[in-house]
Amino acid sequence: MIEQIPLTHILFLSTALFFIGAYGFLTRRNMITMLMSVELILNSVNINLVAFNRYLHPNIDGAIFTLFIITIAAAEAAVAIAIIISLYRKIKSIDPEQADELKF
Amino acid sequence: MIASVFYFLSFVSIFFAVMVVVSKNPVHSVLYLILTFFSIAGHYLLLNAQFLALVHIVVYAGAIMVLFLFVIMLLNLNAATEPVKSSLMKFAGAIAGGSLMLVLIAVLSKINSIQPAHEVNTQIGLIKNLGKILFTEYNLPFEVASILFLVAMIGTVILAKKNPHTS
Repeated sequence: MIEQIPLTHILFLSTALFFIGAYGFLTRRNMITMLMSVELILNSVNINLVAFNRYLHPNIDGAIFTLFIITIAAAEAAVAIAIIISLYRKIKSIDPEQADELKF
Repeated sequence: MIASVFYFLSFVSIFFAVMVVVSKNPVHSVLYLILTFFSIAGHYLLLNAQFLALVHIVVYAGAIMVLFLFVIMLLNLNAATEPVKSSLMKFAGAIAGGSLMLVLIAVLSKINSIQPAHEVNTQIGLIKNLGKILFTEYNLPFEVASILFLVAMIGTVILAKKNPHTS
């Protein structure tokens, strides 16, 4: 049923999502939104893994990899938000440019 | 039929991803990101990964996005407190992201069309088969992931705890 869609179109979709996330990461000055852009990038890679799994090697390995990526994304979001909260306590801002204590 | 569903879902996910990046209010960004995740779950369903679609919705929309929303409301962020980046930075970001995307799309459009593999077991994405493989072949990575969660939990608690000596 998926035969009507070429693999390249799914790859175009994941490329577009990846670079929308990269643009957001480069241009936003709000650590929460930057973290959301990173989630977007991780999801585009997940789409790639599942699509290649379905088209080239139809067993379950790609889905398992995606499962572990989702796991790591959850752990990463929790730790990053803890860092953002403790940084907010210190400098009363979540602008990454304000956190310049280590700057020489 | 399937093709039109795929193109509709692709349009929806790209549109909402752009809205995540351009909307000024962080709460709106989170809500658009939830819609993007729902459309990505639809892609997983089309690609015959049913359990993955379920887990994606539960983990992302149910756990991570609620955490984000909670923190945004805790820190009292809105469009007024959003710091503006200079337009030069936006231009540089657009050039960097756009040219890389252009190169990748140009390379991808050159490859020959790849047909999906036939004789696929349509039951393979279901919970029973996935659980069987996860607990036999991939048992060690599964346990390592649980250790990773433990480390992340301890690290989060230690980071978020108020330190009485510094403050």
